[in-house]
This record gives sequence, C-alpha cells and structure tokens, in this order.
Amino acid sequence: MAEYKPPALPAPFNSTNPAPELLTQGAEGHLYKTFSLDPSIPAALKVRPSKPYRHPILDRRLTRQRIIQEARCLAKLVREGVSVPAVLALDWEGQGGDEAGWGGAWLMMEWIDGPVVRVVLEQWEAWMKKNASSLDAAQLEQENARVKALLRRIGKALGGLHKAGVVHGDLTTSNLMLRLPAEDTEAKASPTGVSTQGEVVLIDFGLASQSVQDEDRAVDLYVLERAIGSTHPRSEPFMEELVHGYRESHRGAISTLKRLEDNPVPLSPPSPMTMTECFLPYG
Amino acid sequence: MTLPEVTGHPIYTAAYESSFFLGSIISISAAKMIAIGMEGSANKIGIGIMSHPKDGSPPQVLANIRHTYVSPPGEGFLPKDVARHHRAWVVNLVKGALKEAQVSVEEVDCICFTQGPGMGAPLQAVAIAARMLSLLWGKALIGVNHCVGHIEMGRLITGATNPVVLYVSGGNTQVIAYSSQRYRIFGETLDIAVGNCLDRFARTLHISNDPFPGYNIEQLAKQGKQLVDLPYVVKGMDVSFSGILAAIDSLAATLGLGGEERAREDAERASNVEQTSQDKDSDNKPTRADLCFSLQETVYAMLVEITERAMAHVGSKQVLIVGGVGSNERLQEMMGIMARDRGGSVYATDERFCIDNGIMIAQAGMLAYQSGFRTPLKDSSCTQRFRTDEVHVKWRED
Repeated sequence: MAEYKPPALPAPFNSTNPAPELLTQGAEGHLYKTFSLDPSIPAALKVRPSKPYRHPILDRRLTRQRIIQEARCLAKLVREGVSVPAVLALDWEGQGGDEAGWGGAWLMMEWIDGPVVRVVLEQWEAWMKKNASSLDAAQLEQENARVKALLRRIGKALGGLHKAGVVHGDLTTSNLMLRLPAEDTEAKASPTGVSTQGEVVLIDFGLASQSVQDEDRAVDLYVLERAIGSTHPRSEPFMEELVHGYRESHRGAISTLKRLEDNPVPLSPPSPMTMTECFLPYG
Repeated sequence: MTLPEVTGHPIYTAAYESSFFLGSIISISAAKMIAIGMEGSANKIGIGIMSHPKDGSPPQVLANIRHTYVSPPGEGFLPKDVARHHRAWVVNLVKGALKEAQVSVEEVDCICFTQGPGMGAPLQAVAIAARMLSLLWGKALIGVNHCVGHIEMGRLITGATNPVVLYVSGGNTQVIAYSSQRYRIFGETLDIAVGNCLDRFARTLHISNDPFPGYNIEQLAKQGKQLVDLPYVVKGMDVSFSGILAAIDSLAATLGLGGEERAREDAERASNVEQTSQDKDSDNKPTRADLCFSLQETVYAMLVEITERAMAHVGSKQVLIVGGVGSNERLQEMMGIMARDRGGSVYATDERFCIDNGIMIAQAGMLAYQSGFRTPLKDSSCTQRFRTDEVHVKWRED
C-alpha cells in the first residue's frame, strides 16, 4: 500500500516556519497545528482540501458552504459563551492552491489543549476490560461514577449548544474534547490512570447549522447516542446520565427529549423496503 | 434446463444468468461441508451451492444461478408478482444448481435461506421452499440475514479482512463496521434506499428495468455533461434521498423530460448521431442524460462522504462495497479516489456477487452452521424487518 501523502498546503501555510504539523486526517479535512501571528501562539488549522472524487462544481459549492457555515456557527457560539474554539481567520475562496487556483478552503481556530473524549473513554474501557475484575465493589462504583459524571457534563455542554441556537450535526466522541485543567488530580487518584477532568469543549462544526427545531436537536442526541453505542459499549449503559445532564441544561430540552422518544428519526431504524415504496410508481 | 412458463404478465422478460465456477471443480468427498443457499428477498431468486473444505482451505463456489423478474419500464415490481415468479422458478433452480455442482442430496449439510430483510411475499415464497427441502431431505435449516450474507460474500471474494462496508441496494443503504461480534451500523438512510431513489427516477424517465434500472441510468449518465443543483443531504453519518428524488422528479416534470414519449425520442436520437450534435447547440436546458448524471454525482458523493466519515471514525483503511448499487462503476471509481487519498483501498465485486445471489446466503449460512447455529422450524418464519446488528456474528473472533 502506498504511503499516504497529504495534499500541499494552501498559501501562506506552505511557507511558515515552523511548518504546520499534521495532526489528523478527519473525514472532511486535515487538522494541523500551526501558530497565529507569533510562533508562541498555537492555533489549529483546518484545511478542507478539494475532494477529487466529487464533481468540481459540487465540490466547490459544498466546501465553500461548509467552511462559511462552520465559521458563522463558531463565531455565534463564542459570543453566546459556549465552550468552542474561537475563529482566528479563514479563506473560503480557496485561492491558495497550486498556482493560486482552487485548493479547498481553510479555517484557523484557537488551540485547545487536551484529549479527545473518544480516547479518554477508549483508554478507560480498555483498562476496565482487562482489570475490572481486580476492583472491589466500591472502586468499581467509583469508576463508573466518574464516567457517568463525564457523560452528564457532555449532556450539559450539548444543552448549552442547543440553547444558543446551533445544532452540531455530527456529534461523535471524536468531536468532544476535554480542556486540560490547570491541575489534574484524577489521573493519579484512579487506578485506571485515566482522567475525565476538564471542561468539555465541542469541536468540528463542519456539519453544524443554526436551528432551534426539536427535530434537529433530537438528531444530534440520537447520533451521539448511536456513536457511543457503537464505539464505547461499556459506557453505553450510562447514556441515561447524558440525557439527564441535557434535560437540566435548558428549558427547551424537555420537548427535544420528548421528540427523541417519539422518534421522528428512526430509533428502531427503518427497514427501507416497505411494500408501498416498492411498487408504487412515483408521481 | 427447461424454462417454466409463467403467464399473466404481458412483458414478462426473463434474463437467465448462467452459473460459473470459482477455482477448480473438486472431487466429491466427505472432507467438506456443503450448503445450499436460497435467496429471494426482492425481484431476484438465486440458488447457490458452497463447499467448505474441512482442512481449512478456502471455500469454493460450486454453483450460482439466478433468475430475475423484470418489470416493464415505468413500473416497479409488485410483491405478489415477484412471489409468483419465485414460486415458479425455485424447484427448477434448485435442481439446476445441484446438477451443475455435481452434488447429490445426501452430500448436502444444510439449507440456508434469506430470513429478512426484504419484501414479504417473495421472502415467504422462498422460505416455504427452504422449509420443505429441509423436511424432505432431513437437513438442518439456517435462516440468514440478507445484509450479513452480502458482507460475508464480499469478504470471501475480495479477501478484505476487516473493512468498513458500504451496503447499497434497492432496499438498503448502510455503512457498517465490525466490532465485538456484531456488524454495527454506523450510518444509514433515514428514508428510502439509494437504489430505490435511482429505480424510481428511472420510472419517471421510463428507462428500461432490464437488466436493472441503475445500470441503464449509469449508461445514460455517461452522456451527461451539465450538473444541475440538487439537494445534498448528509446528517452526520446518515443520508436521506427522498428529498433529492422529489427535487429531481419535479425538475424532470418542469423540463418535460419524463414519460414514455421522451424515452422513445431518446432511444431514436441515440441511433442518430448527427441529430444529437445539432440538438446540443440549440439550448442549455438540461437533458435527460444531464439529470441522470447529476443524480448519480450527488447521491454517490453523499455515499462516499459517509463512508469516509466511518473510515475516519473507526480508523480503517479498507472499504468493501456490496449490494446491487455496488456494481456501479462511477461509485466504485469515486470510492477508489477517496480511498487512495486516505492511503487505503477499495474492494468491490462484480454483478455475480454484489447483486443478490444464492451463494452469499450459503456462505453466511455455512459460517453460522459451523459455529453451531440452527434455525428450528418454529422460528423459521421470515421478516421484512431484520437489522444487520441483530445477528450475533459467532464465527468471528477478532
């Protein structure tokens, strides 16, 4: 298999010193660590390179739409005091590609220092899978309580986001971070060595939109619930805590949760081939 | 083999697909297990025979035959007609498969059949036949999830070990990844399947359903140039197609591109190249080909996008495309570019395997059979709703 090489960076990032460091290749774009104005100020750079598999017109339309949408949502959330990275700069016209042509768009954001919730839960679950039998009942209870509390905080953060009038659109545990606290007491105290401390920060607003509709909010919860179910089986039974944290976060939460239960989105998901769809000619 | 007569439908066209062999024909001995797979969840009935050598060498396909019920242009297939088709064909196909595999009834270990998901009446027709054979011959009965059948066949044919699976067909659209003995659904359609969207648009344009509508849309799309603006609906890892279908249907109606008349004109124009070049200069209005092209570009971009999200999420570099829509070359090409840019690779199969067939049911059924799974007669009723993640994948350890 050929070694992967990321596409060339758009100007001006192709000539900065030190050069941006590639952190992850997400589905949508590449995340780099770079600096803003001065090398002492770290910043996160999200580059959405053009997707060669897409039709060029569709590609431009989606990339442009999404980077502007993302920046607008982040700017609004920062104003509303929701814990998200602040916007520092962006280019939606994508003039920095090869020979200054279309090279995708980029967005520069505040640097968040801390782990991704997905990694935290994975580490915790891996440790528990191996060593849970060595814990006594009280310790086990304490460990579970820590994860429950984390899920509750996530629910609360999500509530804050919705209260501000934004829905995330792609909530997974990879898109939640814990801002490193000034002093970490938990990692040492727990036998697992995993800390769940720190403020929950929501990241990656690539599919976010401004909406106050219960359905959109419920989809956020539903997607997160399923992401946790599929990636963190041991934490899944504690989903109730997340819902609880969410319920207490703002007044609209109750009707959103009701919507979730009424399942506008398929909670017991669809079997798409129903009879009417199969034989009724459309229109 | 003689073809059974089916009466009642005026445009009953039959496409008999002959079988093929994978690897060499092996001599019959007790050193292997043999499964018959019976598939009939939609408009295709497929009978396949798989042999699993006990010495651990790769499983072999002994027979794979299929017959497709094709409805006339502008119409979908009605469950009752499909069920009648399956009933008419099932005995002949089983006989034909046994003959081709050179397997006698005594050598067969189990009868595997599709228990769901799919259309009720066709599922029942084939399930009844499977139950009957199981009782008649005294063989174990194995109910198989259709989606799991696709996944297991794709893994066997391509050799992909632990891929992210995109399962796209006329009835299903799911992005699946394996984790702790379940095929977990990461993303799926929130309404209709992508194949259903294509099929129904083919009906709007009166495109032929032979061999299948998606194939003909693909051929027409190759002449398309202009991309029309369509909704693009991705929610997280889920997608939705009903709005796109409504939009493109109304566009076709506004431009007067739907219906039988235009379909005939199109066919005539295709045979007259000169006229085509004249027409192109006349105006910039989108053509039927442009609509097909735009629909394909839009829905496949959505599928590739959610697959990429799932790959990023689980950290996998392999993609396996299964299901009927998986035979679309444009989708395979787009997926290939995406995977290449991520340093990964795409595994896809051709029509013999990705379109519904019997061997995939035999393959998944055999794996379940070997892990001790049986379907007692009383639990052998089939169901239209059968989630991929309901199946306990006992045969995988990783």
